[in-house]
Amino acid sequence: MNLTELTIVEAGARLRSGETTAVELLDAVLDRAHRTEAQLHAYLTLDRSGARAAAEAADADLAAGNDLGPLHGIPIALKDNMCTRGIETTAASQILAGYRPPYDATVVTRLREAGAVIVGKTNLDEFAMGSSTENSGYGTSYNPWDISRVPGGSSGGSAAAVAVGSALAALGSDTGGSIRQPASLSGIVGLKPTYGTVSRYGLIAFASSLDQIGPLSRSVTDAALTLQTIWGHDPLDATSFDGEYPDVTTDIDRGVEGLKIGVVTELAGEGYEPDVESAVGDMVERLAGAGAEVVELSLPTFEIALSAYYLIAPAECSANLARFDGIRYGHRGAGATAESLMARTRAEGFGPEVTRRILLGTYALSAGYYDAFYGQAQKVRAAIQDDFARAYGRVDVLVSPTSPTVAFKAGERVDDPLAMYLSDICTIPSNLSGHPAISVPIGVDGLGLPIGFQVMAPALGERVMFRVAGEVERLSSFDHRPVLAEVAS
Amino acid sequence: MPIEIDIAYVARLARLDLTEGELEGYKTQLGAILDHAAKVQSLEGEPHAESTHPLGFVNAFREDEIRPSLDRDEVMAQAPESVDGYFVAPPAMETE
Repeated sequence: MNLTELTIVEAGARLRSGETTAVELLDAVLDRAHRTEAQLHAYLTLDRSGARAAAEAADADLAAGNDLGPLHGIPIALKDNMCTRGIETTAASQILAGYRPPYDATVVTRLREAGAVIVGKTNLDEFAMGSSTENSGYGTSYNPWDISRVPGGSSGGSAAAVAVGSALAALGSDTGGSIRQPASLSGIVGLKPTYGTVSRYGLIAFASSLDQIGPLSRSVTDAALTLQTIWGHDPLDATSFDGEYPDVTTDIDRGVEGLKIGVVTELAGEGYEPDVESAVGDMVERLAGAGAEVVELSLPTFEIALSAYYLIAPAECSANLARFDGIRYGHRGAGATAESLMARTRAEGFGPEVTRRILLGTYALSAGYYDAFYGQAQKVRAAIQDDFARAYGRVDVLVSPTSPTVAFKAGERVDDPLAMYLSDICTIPSNLSGHPAISVPIGVDGLGLPIGFQVMAPALGERVMFRVAGEVERLSSFDHRPVLAEVAS
Repeated sequence: MPIEIDIAYVARLARLDLTEGELEGYKTQLGAILDHAAKVQSLEGEPHAESTHPLGFVNAFREDEIRPSLDRDEVMAQAPESVDGYFVAPPAMETE
C-alpha cells in the first residue's frame, strides 16, 4: 500500500490503529515530492523541519490519547497566498520574494490547532490571477495526468500536489473558480464554500467581495472534514459569518432520492468539449436514475457573468494591490521620490497579468467610466443573485461542468487573455452570488484527462451540496491515481 | 464604437512605471477585454441596485479591547529599509 494514495479518512484510520505513524505518512509524501517535483513544480517551498516537528508531535499526542480530530497527523499543503509566520509567503509574485510574514493566517492557526502537518506552500498564478499557474512569477506547475498540460489555476500547485500524492489534501483560494477549475483539470475534489464562512485573515487579498478559501482533496468526505476544520466565525475578518454553521458530514451518504436538481442550460453548447458534455449528461442521467428529479433551468444572466467578473475583480484588485508600494515589505525599486519609488517597485515586481488587471481595474473605477463599467457590473451581479434565487425556489441544487474543457496544453492560451478567462465561465457565477459550489471528478475524456462535475447550492447550503456530491462520487467510480503517480511509485 | 483609453494616465493613477512599448501593448489588450466586458451594459429587465456583500451584511463590530499587536521587530525585519523602528522612504515631494 502506498501511503501517499490514501484519503484523509483512510490515513486517519491507520494512524489510530497504529498501522502507520504521522512521521511515516510525512516521509512518504516528501519522498513523493522528491520524485515528482522536477516534473510538476507543485511547491514553491517545502517546510521539512516544521512538518517533521508537527508530525512527531502528532504521533506523541495520538499515542497519549490526545486526539485532535480527523486532520490530526495528516500532511496538508497550503497555497502560497496564505500567510505562514516565519515561512516565505510570496503569492507567486516577485514583489514578495523573501517575504516572511510576522503572523499566521487564521486557516493556518486552525489547521495547526487540529494537529495537521503543513508540508509546504504551493505554486499559483501570481496573486491568484489566472487559470493555469502560467502567471506564476516562479515558473509554471504541470498536470500529473499529462506533464505537457497545465493543472489549472490559480490553485494549480495545490491541485497537482494532491493529485500526485505530495500532500493528502490542500487549501486553495477561489475568486472566480481558482479551487474548482484546477480540481477539475487535475482529477480531484475542490470546494468553494459560502462567502464569509472561512476567514480570510492572512489571505493575501485579490478581490475581497469574491475571495474564499476552501479545500482540495481526494474525496468528498475529505473535503467536508477539512472544511469543518477551517470554517467558523473569526473576529479578525470583518466579513466573517457570525451565525449557525451546519454539520456538513451528515448527509454525504444519504443519496439523492427526492431531491430536485437543475441543469443550467447556459453552461453548455459552443466552447464545451463533446467529451465533457457527454460525461456531464451521463452523470445527470445517473442522478435521475438514483431518484433525483432533474429539470433544465435557464439562468440568462450567466451569459454576462464573465463580463461583470472581469470588471469587478480587477477593480477590487487595483485597490487591494495598492499596498505593494516598496515601503513596508517586499521588493523595492529605485526612486528619488516616494511616488517614483512606488511606480518603479510595482513595474519591476508585478508580472504582466497582474499589471493588466491593475490597469483594467483602475480604468473601470476612474472618473467618467465608473457608471458605465464598475457600477453597471455591480447591477449585473445583483441580477445574477436574483436569477439564482429564482432557480433555488424551484430546485435544491444546480449542476454543470466545472470547466468547458479538460486540461489544456501549457503555452496554449498565454497570449490570449480572453481565451484564458473563458476557462472560468462555469465557476464565476457562484463567486458573484457568494454561494457554495464543489467540483467532483466523474471520468476522463478520450485522451485520459479528467472531467469535473460542478454542484452549486444556495448560501449555507453546503449540506445538500455535499449530499449530491457524495452521490456523484459513488456513481462515477473515478480512479484518482494519475499515470505519473503509478510511475513514481 | 472602440473604447477610448488614455493608458498613460491610467498607468500613472495605478503607480506603474511602464515603457512606451509596454503601454501600447496593454492598451490593445485592455481594449479587447473592455469590448467583451461592455456586455454588462446589455442587462435588461427591472433596474437593479448595485450589489456588494453576497450575504447582505452591513457591518461588523468587535469589543473595544486592548490586545497585543504584531511583534515590532518581526514586522520591521521585513522592511526594505528601516531605522530605529521607523520605515525609511524617500521624500513625498521633489526637492531642489
